[in-house]
Amino acid sequence: MITLKINGETHQLDVNPRMPLLWAIRDKLNLTGTKFGCGHAVCGACTVHIDGQAERSCSYAVGDAAGKNITTIEGVSGKVAEAVVAAWQRLDVVQCGYCQSGQIMSAITLLSGNKNPSDDDIDVGMDGNVCRCGTYVRIRQAIHEAAKALA
Amino acid sequence: MSTTTHTSPVGAPPDPSRRKFLKDSAMTAGAFLLAIHVPFTGNSTDDPVPQGVYDPNVFLKISADDTVTIINKHLEMGEGTSTGEATLLIEELGADWSKVRFELAPGDAKLYSNLLFGIQGTGGSTAMAESWVQMRKAGAAARMMFAKAAAAKWNVSASEITVENSVVKHAKSGHHATLGELAGAAMTQPVPADVPLKSSDKWTLIGTKVPRLDSKSKTTGKAIFALDVRRPGMLTAVVKRAPQFGGKVASFDASDAKKIKGVVDVVQIPSGIAVLAADTWTAMQGRDAVKVKWDTSAAEMRSTGEIFDEYRKLAATPGLPADKRGDAAAGLTRSAKTVEAEFVFPYLAHAPMEPMNGTIELRSDGAEIWSGSQIQTIDQMVAAQILGLKPDQVKINTLLAGGSFGRRACPVADWTAELAHIAKAINGRAPVHVVWTREDDIQGGFYRPQVLHRVKAGVDDKGNIAGWQHKVVSQSIFIGTGMEGMAVKDGVDHSMVEGIVDTPYALNNLAVEVHNAKSPVPVLWFRSVGHTHTAYVMESMIDDLARAGGKDPVALRLELLSQQPRDAAVVKMAAEKAGWNSPMEKGRGRGLAYHPSFDSRVAMVAEVTVKGSDFKVDRIIAAVDCGVAINPDVIKAQIEGAIGFALSTVFRNQITFNKGVVEQGNFDDYEPTRIHEMPKVEVHIVKSSERPSGIGEPGLPPLAPAIGNAIFAATGKRLRTLPFDLTKPA
Repeated sequence: MITLKINGETHQLDVNPRMPLLWAIRDKLNLTGTKFGCGHAVCGACTVHIDGQAERSCSYAVGDAAGKNITTIEGVSGKVAEAVVAAWQRLDVVQCGYCQSGQIMSAITLLSGNKNPSDDDIDVGMDGNVCRCGTYVRIRQAIHEAAKALA
Repeated sequence: MSTTTHTSPVGAPPDPSRRKFLKDSAMTAGAFLLAIHVPFTGNSTDDPVPQGVYDPNVFLKISADDTVTIINKHLEMGEGTSTGEATLLIEELGADWSKVRFELAPGDAKLYSNLLFGIQGTGGSTAMAESWVQMRKAGAAARMMFAKAAAAKWNVSASEITVENSVVKHAKSGHHATLGELAGAAMTQPVPADVPLKSSDKWTLIGTKVPRLDSKSKTTGKAIFALDVRRPGMLTAVVKRAPQFGGKVASFDASDAKKIKGVVDVVQIPSGIAVLAADTWTAMQGRDAVKVKWDTSAAEMRSTGEIFDEYRKLAATPGLPADKRGDAAAGLTRSAKTVEAEFVFPYLAHAPMEPMNGTIELRSDGAEIWSGSQIQTIDQMVAAQILGLKPDQVKINTLLAGGSFGRRACPVADWTAELAHIAKAINGRAPVHVVWTREDDIQGGFYRPQVLHRVKAGVDDKGNIAGWQHKVVSQSIFIGTGMEGMAVKDGVDHSMVEGIVDTPYALNNLAVEVHNAKSPVPVLWFRSVGHTHTAYVMESMIDDLARAGGKDPVALRLELLSQQPRDAAVVKMAAEKAGWNSPMEKGRGRGLAYHPSFDSRVAMVAEVTVKGSDFKVDRIIAAVDCGVAINPDVIKAQIEGAIGFALSTVFRNQITFNKGVVEQGNFDDYEPTRIHEMPKVEVHIVKSSERPSGIGEPGLPPLAPAIGNAIFAATGKRLRTLPFDLTKPA
């Protein structure tokens, strides 16, 4: 049995500890906001927060996540998260939307550590998150807007 | 574990059986549901009549709590069709936008046919164009029914009733009610046979930045995509497919796979071996453990170089005529200068962020599918044939798609066929969710074909284009499919030469030929289809010919478009906004490309910085004419997105083969554009009152040639192979 603390709730899971956290979240806990994109930590669609840091859940064994504080897109809260989500909505960043949970999770981590990121900071902080629809122009704008709202 | 998607505003659609749908709705007290026959009798003043199937269409529901639900007959894969369709209908109805929701229509061509296709399907950038009249008429008819219901109730004249922001009002008497309050009464009104539409000066939504209807659900993790569907007792399947296209299972051994805890079954289907398990990861583990011997006797075993060698041999022989104007050979003979060139383009995988997937459930009376289906009518037919059902016994619930770029619209419906085969192989004993991994997707075929162009063109001593001979060698995406009849004439697949044979440039001596190469590698349309390569060739050649004839590249284009004012205006706008004639510092270059597609016109100016064999795209200035700009912000987003998508094909994306095996597998070696590579983008939209035309695809074609022309301007090096490699000799 593995104990997972997700979005403030504790779950007991009978799974192989080598199973990627992504599949435990999606298939066992039915939290489907976290997405599968590549399975190799090269696209960021599966990004969640583990103890406050953005991590790729597709390449993070569920056994290693046991006992840690995990937050998914469904459970984000606080001023930074609110500002990011609001900016995303105001600018209509999304297109297909599939990568955007991961983008938002990474943006929250970026802004939590850097209150006023430059374009270059955004490029570095967000480079692991692929958007195949190419919404990058607006992702940059939304992060700047969220930073302004938080200032 | 069962979550139906009915509670989600963007989730599963209503029951596709219209009779039941109407009955259910009628039983909901006070609800309004518009089942409207919108006739296209050619009497509308501003629009040509789209050809297609006319039948009653169900597009609108209004509940007693004032929620207005639009049923979008198009797949929402990111282009914003849901917002667009709703904008058209709500413009005429007069509802409060904050109360508008959408659902995706289920598979039902009788109700939800694409009026330009005659079947239900999304593609060809047709969504706004095909529904431009239909959705507004649906909204106008509903508005009239509410006005009549209110008039009867208040004993006033219907012509004095207004509907704005969901409030139905009679100003003189002071009567007012909400749409929800009147919904039940409005339902009892006869559906008007025809209704006038607002004139454009009365529009309040069309032409404005109406907020997207899917932003909220897609930023909170609540949007339900096909991959998020969960059915009671569902098994997840992954399929082991042949390493070479055309390979078949000779034999397999599933004994190790079946020992893995959670693996439920292993079955053979035509495309390979399917492993079914309790969850996705276990299914993947099971698949790794299956041993398969493949029969490669009919498989593609060549490497990329060998395939191109064959293309070059074909190009050296006469092809099938695709277009012939004037006398190209004579024009070349009298040319003062000629440019002769070969262009090559690789196979490309669409690689939408949401990998291909779908869920199927068999019942005694039919089958039910949940998927991001892009051509529901074909998916229904293909699944029905495999399952021994009639197409209308296959219910398709259309889910949000995490991108498609053409992949989810397939004339042979490979992915839907797999759903049906697996369900059949296990006798439908459990619902099955078939999931493709990223490797399955990138190595799974249905690629943008590999293409080779050979062009010889010349200019006379005045710098005018005198002759143009053009050969295209590629695999047809239509020949051999059920759609061959609509796209292939005398052996020529129009999609191979679109953008050449319909060029707006005045090329008076033009000869275009094609060769249909054959391979077991399955090919498919890719966002902007043939324009993905023809635009590059045309716009690189025009640039070279301008220089050969001593003309400015923009000036030559404008000369060639002198009889095409809409096209010329877009070229001028891009050039002016980019400051075409302003100098660039050394090491930087500016290039323009223009290419119309899907009835829309897009010109782009690219600004690049070149350092050695590296280059950076600094800025793209785009000018767009897509007719009435229904939602300028969505148009802007589609151009930004098309640039982001197409950049990866300029930088590095290619599918190559080593002895028939695809050499790429994931986003590390088939890497999409990343944020640090995204240029600044400016989008300028031509103000137009013409009928709306496509916007999902037309932003792609001019991007690569604009960059290629900019690199030429900076370095004098003409790149004729995509993706670009500046280390190779020109």
